[in-house]
This record gives sequence, C-alpha cells and structure tokens, in this order.
Amino acid sequence: MSNMQSGLPAWGGSTTNVPYWLYQDERVLAAEQEKVFQGPTWNYLCLEAEVPNIGDYRTTFVGEMPVVVTRNSDGEIYAFENRCAHRGALIALEDSGNAEDLACVYHAWSYDLTGNLKGVAFEHGVGGKGGMPEMFKKSDHNPRKLRVATFCGLVFGSLDEDVPSIEEYLGDEVASRVERVLHKPVRVLGQFKQILPNNWKLYFENVKDTYHASLLHVFFTTFRLNRLSQRGGVIVSESGAHHVSYSVINPDEKVSAEYEAEKLRSDKDDYRLLDPSLLSGIDEFGDGITLQILSIFPGFVLQQIQNTIAVRQILPQGVETTELNWTYIGFEDDTPELEEMRLKQANLIGPSGFVSMEDGAVGGFVQRGIRCAGDEKSVVLMGGEDIASADYRATEASVRGFWHAYRNHMGL
Amino acid sequence: MTETTLLETIARFNCVYASCIDENQLESWPEYFVDDCFYKVTTADNYQKGRPAGLIYADSKGMLKDRISALREANVYEQHSYRHILSMPIIKLESDGNVSAETSFSVTRIMRGGQMDIFATGKYVDEFQCCDSNWRLRKRVVVCDSISIDTLLAIPL
Repeated sequence: MSNMQSGLPAWGGSTTNVPYWLYQDERVLAAEQEKVFQGPTWNYLCLEAEVPNIGDYRTTFVGEMPVVVTRNSDGEIYAFENRCAHRGALIALEDSGNAEDLACVYHAWSYDLTGNLKGVAFEHGVGGKGGMPEMFKKSDHNPRKLRVATFCGLVFGSLDEDVPSIEEYLGDEVASRVERVLHKPVRVLGQFKQILPNNWKLYFENVKDTYHASLLHVFFTTFRLNRLSQRGGVIVSESGAHHVSYSVINPDEKVSAEYEAEKLRSDKDDYRLLDPSLLSGIDEFGDGITLQILSIFPGFVLQQIQNTIAVRQILPQGVETTELNWTYIGFEDDTPELEEMRLKQANLIGPSGFVSMEDGAVGGFVQRGIRCAGDEKSVVLMGGEDIASADYRATEASVRGFWHAYRNHMGL
Repeated sequence: MTETTLLETIARFNCVYASCIDENQLESWPEYFVDDCFYKVTTADNYQKGRPAGLIYADSKGMLKDRISALREANVYEQHSYRHILSMPIIKLESDGNVSAETSFSVTRIMRGGQMDIFATGKYVDEFQCCDSNWRLRKRVVVCDSISIDTLLAIPL
C-alpha cells in the first residue's frame, strides 16, 4: 500500500509505532524539504546578535535550502534563498560578513540586502551588441524570499505565506519558556559544528526523548552527583510539535540530599570529581530550574543546563547525515565570574560534552541497526499513547508529539 | 639551554605526549601539565574571533583527570584510537624563562570497524614551564582547523 500523493509507503498504524523507512528513503527527505522545512513552519536561521549592524549578513539553511540572512539599511532583518536568479549559483559564499549589496561571482548579478535583483552585468550589451532582450525585467527575477520573525533575539524564517505568527506557532507555554532564558541581549561565546551519522529526525527525537536521559547519560550517576532531590516534567505544545523538559531543585529536600551525599561518599567503588568547580553555578533565573531543554519544530533546540546556555540548529545533509550547529551563548552583561562558570559548565555539552557526547553517536547506532529493517517499526509507548504534558519524565510523550506534528505536515 | 636543545626538548615532549594518547595511556596524560594548567580544544574560527568557549575547557589538572575518569567510567562511545603526526615546534623563549610554542598536528582516527579518517588537523598553542628541570604545559590551546567535528570528540587531542 502506498501513499498516493507522495509516492511514499503508507505509515499504516499508530504514531506509537514509527516505521524505519522514514529514516532511509530519499523520497521522504524530498517530501520533508517541501512539506516540513518549506511548509508552514518556522525554521531557526540565526541569532539577531549575529547580524547586529546594518549590512551584516550570515548564510544559513532551511532544511537543505541555502539561505542568506541580512540586516538591511532600514534596520530590519531579511532572508532570501542563497541562489542567483540567473544560473542558480550561490550568491553569498562567506559564512558571514558586511556588505552594501551581494553579487553573484559567476556573472556578477547583484542583489540588495532584501534579495531584490538590482544589477545585471552588461544588461544592455557591449557596444550596442548583445545584452538582455527588451522584455527582460529584473523585478521578475528574484531568489525566493522568506518571511522573517524574531523572538527573544532568535531569527526564524518561513517559506510559507500562511504560516501563523511565531507567537501563535509556539503557543504561550513554550514561548514563555523561551522568554525565561533569553530575557536580555546575548553574546556568542563559541560556535561548533557536529556532523552526525544519522537521519536528522533521530537527533530531534533524541532531544525530545526524556526517557533516555538518565539511562544513556550516566555522567551524573557515575560521579554520584546529587540528582535525588530533583523533580521535573515535560511540556508538550498543543500541536505536539514543540516541547520543554525541565528539572527543578526541590529546596525542601536539601537536608536529606546532603545526608545522601555524605553516605554515598563512603561507598567503596565511588567515583568523585577531583575538581567539582566544573559544576559550580548560580540560580541566575531565580526559579531553581537547573535544566531546561526546549525544542521548536522542525529543528531548533534551546538548552539551559545550570548556567550553560546554547542554541542548536538541526539540518539534514542527505538522508543519513545531519549537521548540528551549536552556538554557546552568555549575556552581554555577564560578569567575568559568570562567564567563566558558563565556559566550565560547557564541558557538559557539545561534541565532547560529559552529558551530550553520547547523543552524537546513538543516532548512528540506530541508523546502522535498522539497515535491513525498513519495514519494521519502533515502539514509542512509554507513558502510554497520548502526547500530553506530564510532571514526570519516564514518558515518550514529546517524541509522540513530534510524530503527530510530522504526520500532519507530511500527510502520512 | 641553547635554542637547539630547547627545540629538541619541546619536540621530544610533544612526541611522548602524543604517544601517551595514541597508545591509550590516558591516565598519564594529565601529568604533562602543571597543576594550575589550562587546556582547551577549540576551532580556528572561534580562536580568530576571540570567542572563549571550548569543546573541552579545563583550568586545573584535576579537571583533566576528571575528563579521563569520565571517559573510562561514564561516557559511552564506540571504541576508537588516534594516531598523531606532529610538526617540529616553533618556539620562543619568554623573558620569564618560560617557553611559548606552536606545533602543527594531524590526527587520524581509527574506528572499531577499521574505518580511518583524518579526524582533526590544527595547531597546539602552548606555554611551557620548567619545574625542577622538567618541562610541563602551563597552557595548551588545541586549535582545530575545521569548524566541524565528526560524531564526537571523546579522546583528547
């Protein structure tokens, strides 16, 4: 049985069973580009802080589509496809820069910072010979322009004319959790790219998977770092598309937690950190939340683990490769002491992170494991079948939420 | 110490440092640093832009030892090893008697299944300190040429 519209096989069943061909099929990736990334979604493009001045530009992607983000002379941010209207070459070749206009290197067609074609080399020919015909109008030839929305210093783009506003797209609960962290101007502390040997969805599911955290990532338990007094939960947006998972220090349990810590220290085969300053932090948001992982469909993550804050952009690079772009951030008004805490705690995250190193590899384990199992399905039943928010994390509700939203977009 | 002797000393130091990692003697790796050391792995892009974050960021020998015990006891990753190929160092004797140095490296990663890739190339930007006639690293900033890391960076460079 196949899906008549897309030519893809039918999902054939509940969202609690995800067929593995979704991670393997070239046609799926092509349909995702059209229906998810270029569909009625908001794609994270970059930080406003990366294009602070008029003329600043940065190249990025929407799915696999190359995009230029600019700060135009009117002070507004614009985004357009990084594809020359003439022969399709990339317009901007640098990761970032500052320019009055952008010219394609191939035949020097030039664009203003809003993506309008402004110059065609030898438009009227040379010495009265050649040139473009009379009927050619530059205004008919522009790269596709994106709708742009900014929220808390994050720049999002959409190819869809009817996409809801960013606030409506996120919903109040998820929006307020973005605002909780990104409540003042940020400063970029570092940017790293990680290439993952798996389909992009496997990483996005991993981010949303609150079930795996304490099972795969044993750094905290191995070193007996106190996690006992923490409670947490998961928020799934109404559409299922976005999620927030969090954990909170419960102040009432401080005494017993200290007691536990003392007791554990006497254990025989006990590993302790020699330099626990790695974990010294402050409650900078004043709400006791020590961890908040927030995802925005289809490929954005905002992460706060203690005082280490980062945004992650998830981009497909073909069916079996994913580009994960990390931007580590602090705030413009950070004291040197706070910045130092962020830098030391950043050992927890990224490609070398004590608690995120495994995430770089585990998607590849799935991709290789399912090599001959395209028609088989995974089991996503933890916590039942619903996609509701919960005050516990032994659930796969947010993973089901992702697939719910994904199926809606893909028509599967 | 003549400049030639110093060059030999630093070059020899780097050879045994790399061998320690490549031969999986990681427990000895922190001993190449002074107690109050600084070790960071970053990329040329971040380094040139003055962005302070690292993939690995340690400001004490204790943190280096913690890194190794985490690799041994906590972190999950597929078995693999490195082979470092190093250049001769470019050295400069500082007025305080310490030595600053830069050394290029190329690291091949060998995976469990036999796959070999050039995992990283770049340079060590170092400050060496002599303690009781032994040279140790006071600071090593590992500046990788590429902005990207394939899969993960577990073993230090």
